[in-house]
Amino acid sequence: MRVRKYRIFDVGQNNSYFNDESGTSLDNKAIIEKVSRKCYLPANAVLLENIKNNPEFKASFSISGIALEQFEKHAPEVIDSFKSLVDTGNVELLSETYYHSLASIYSEEEFINQVALHRKKIKDLFGITPSVFRNSELIYSNEIAKMAEKMGYKGILAEGADHILGWRSPAFVYKPAGTENIKLLLKHYRLSDDIAFRFSEKSWAEWPLTAEKFANWIASHNGNGHTINLFMDYETFGEHQWEDTGIFEFLKYLPGEILKNPDNNFITPSEAIDRYEAEGELDIPDYVSWADTERDLSAWISNDLQKEALETLYALGKEIIHIDDPQLLEDWRRLQTSDHFYYMCTKWWNDGDVHKYFSPYESPYEAFIAYMNVMQDMRLRLSNAQKKQEHGVSLHKVRPLRFSEV
Amino acid sequence: MFGWEFPPFNSGGLGVACEGLSKALASSGVDLTFVLPFKVPVSVPWCKFIFADESSDLMDDIQIRSLFAAYQSHSNSLDARKYGLPASISGDLIERVRSYASKAGKIAKKNNHSVIHAHDWLTYPAGIVAKKASGKPLIAHIHATEFDRSGSDSVNTDVYNIELEGFRQADAIVAVSDRIKETVVKKYGVLPNKVKVIHNGVDFQKSNGNIPKTLDEIKSNGGRIVLFAGRITLQKGPDYFVAMAEKVLAYEPNTFFVVSGSGDMEEAMIRMAASRGLSSKFIFCGFLRGEELATVFKAADIYVMPSVSEPFGILPLEVMISDTPVLISKESGVSEVVNCVLKSHFWDIDDMSDKVLSVLHYRKLKKHLSINGREEVKAIHWKKAAQSLISLYNSLDNAFSMFLFSGSPAFESAKVQDF
Repeated sequence: MRVRKYRIFDVGQNNSYFNDESGTSLDNKAIIEKVSRKCYLPANAVLLENIKNNPEFKASFSISGIALEQFEKHAPEVIDSFKSLVDTGNVELLSETYYHSLASIYSEEEFINQVALHRKKIKDLFGITPSVFRNSELIYSNEIAKMAEKMGYKGILAEGADHILGWRSPAFVYKPAGTENIKLLLKHYRLSDDIAFRFSEKSWAEWPLTAEKFANWIASHNGNGHTINLFMDYETFGEHQWEDTGIFEFLKYLPGEILKNPDNNFITPSEAIDRYEAEGELDIPDYVSWADTERDLSAWISNDLQKEALETLYALGKEIIHIDDPQLLEDWRRLQTSDHFYYMCTKWWNDGDVHKYFSPYESPYEAFIAYMNVMQDMRLRLSNAQKKQEHGVSLHKVRPLRFSEV
Repeated sequence: MFGWEFPPFNSGGLGVACEGLSKALASSGVDLTFVLPFKVPVSVPWCKFIFADESSDLMDDIQIRSLFAAYQSHSNSLDARKYGLPASISGDLIERVRSYASKAGKIAKKNNHSVIHAHDWLTYPAGIVAKKASGKPLIAHIHATEFDRSGSDSVNTDVYNIELEGFRQADAIVAVSDRIKETVVKKYGVLPNKVKVIHNGVDFQKSNGNIPKTLDEIKSNGGRIVLFAGRITLQKGPDYFVAMAEKVLAYEPNTFFVVSGSGDMEEAMIRMAASRGLSSKFIFCGFLRGEELATVFKAADIYVMPSVSEPFGILPLEVMISDTPVLISKESGVSEVVNCVLKSHFWDIDDMSDKVLSVLHYRKLKKHLSINGREEVKAIHWKKAAQSLISLYNSLDNAFSMFLFSGSPAFESAKVQDF
């Protein structure tokens, strides 16, 4: 959900932060329609076909609540196509925060609430309850693993970054330091990025990447590992790598090519966790993510603008959660989506890199200004709501959602 | 190098650009002679000056500014005559341009050179005459076209024709921004590959002066300062600035709008502010330069350049050196080279007001733009422009003597050609 060009003149005048209807990259409906057409529908169709052709093929999705909500609203056929996939029994759904937020870093209470909301959403839509957790942007640390364990998850995903693995391989299951009942799966970032980033890169020595070639790379790990965890942005298929690059053909032929080797098979994250013992313990005290070359939090939290926006947001939250105003609470949560802060990133701003490519704003400053103006309006709404509450209007205190209740 | 004005005897950015460029070229090893049309008491350590008209007496600043008027579209002023100057420099602007050209042949023959570099239409006729006299290649440097100066499509045909002839006779054309290159290609029918874009730079000189007392008082009373600087003419968008000020004041009443500069819309701007009841919030401080101007830059919370048309626009870069955030129009050439700034369309009053208010409200944004803007502008140095120019010089067939190491055969033969 992208914040529209919300100006200072809008503060106190209207509370619609996400309703851009310009048809541009700030128009949420237009974006959902575009990506549904270019990516979700055709990619889901290919996967469904794959399962029919190769009943051994498996896949897994982590879809935020906010994305599901928007599909329901603007492209319900996408929800149906995910349901068809889940109904095959070959597709697993993972847990995450409902709002694709950074709450795991800023507020444990809010984090737990959002994971609970997401569980409920998945249960309502698909009738299942996930048992493996993946955090927004693959943000991970010992502490996050402990929180996921506390919530009853048996597995959690993280980036298999070099600086956390050292000599170790991402092709094994690990145990997060300080936990007992949860296992860690690591993204094989080289093989994943070969598809996600390099697939259409003509200057890449391996271009063009065929399903056969890729299947051989996978097979070369046999005897050296248990699982190859390929994890990527689903919009790789059709949106980042356009249809004319041959990405859908690749996706279509990949299962067959991989299964040609009798030593290979497909398993879902929970199957991997059930099947393999942890090879060792991984101690990751500092946050790691899948973003940029740094694989840290700097895409969302590195400059003063991002820090200011996040601090303002979570400071407001401390009061908002005590107010019975569901709309205010929901808006506050929608403003937690990590993308808002990604758009304010100024790392490499001068070099015009990937952040610029993915941002709907003309500059990080525009993103910051719109966001902070919204924060002003939120503060105004909060103080109005507080006044109302003080004036004795009968309000029952909102009961926090308990994780165990969902 | 043929110029029309040179600081401190300049009416605007043309002189500033000539100063920056000549200095950077000289420090890169180019031996430079700078020709000016009239005698002024100017001297710099890096190049030699020649005045086409040696006869005129030294003039004062006001005379010079009205006389040079490099940016005026049509010469309707007969000010020069009023000051009782010699006929050769008192006629209308086109006459002065012709008169300048008539001296150029003699100057070209007398002064050894390898390349002729002419700045804007005022000097093209001189450049062409010089080229005929010495046979050396001519570079036409465009800081602004007649379309930029007039702000519309109805241009002075005399000036247009002079520009056109300059572009035709030139061996290469330099444009200060992509947008200027586009104009030259579209409106003058010049082939794109003849035009090289070389963005201007800025000298990194920080002011140490104290903030003017009036402005200091405003600040110590918690007031905020929004700055307009530059010529007050239609192209600079003073009307949009006033409209923006009105919106900003509705949200931030303790804001003052400081206007530095003069021009044909100065009175109109004062009246506009008055008719909206904003007079007490506007401070017109007249034409400032040098250190005085730099202290005003330093005092400002934000500098706004709502230019309708701005071929380049060096001023925002100078302001950024003073750690002050800038908001520039997307229609300016300088917006092609800076990122750590705010940008709006000149006509988008809402967007401009929103951005100004954001800088006034969100301290972190102001700080971020100040610090990162200053760092960014450090890299936009005249040296970069000079390097591009030198490689252009070297690419011209009969120009190489100047830029080869002495002693090489090419150098020797080139030298022989000169005699």
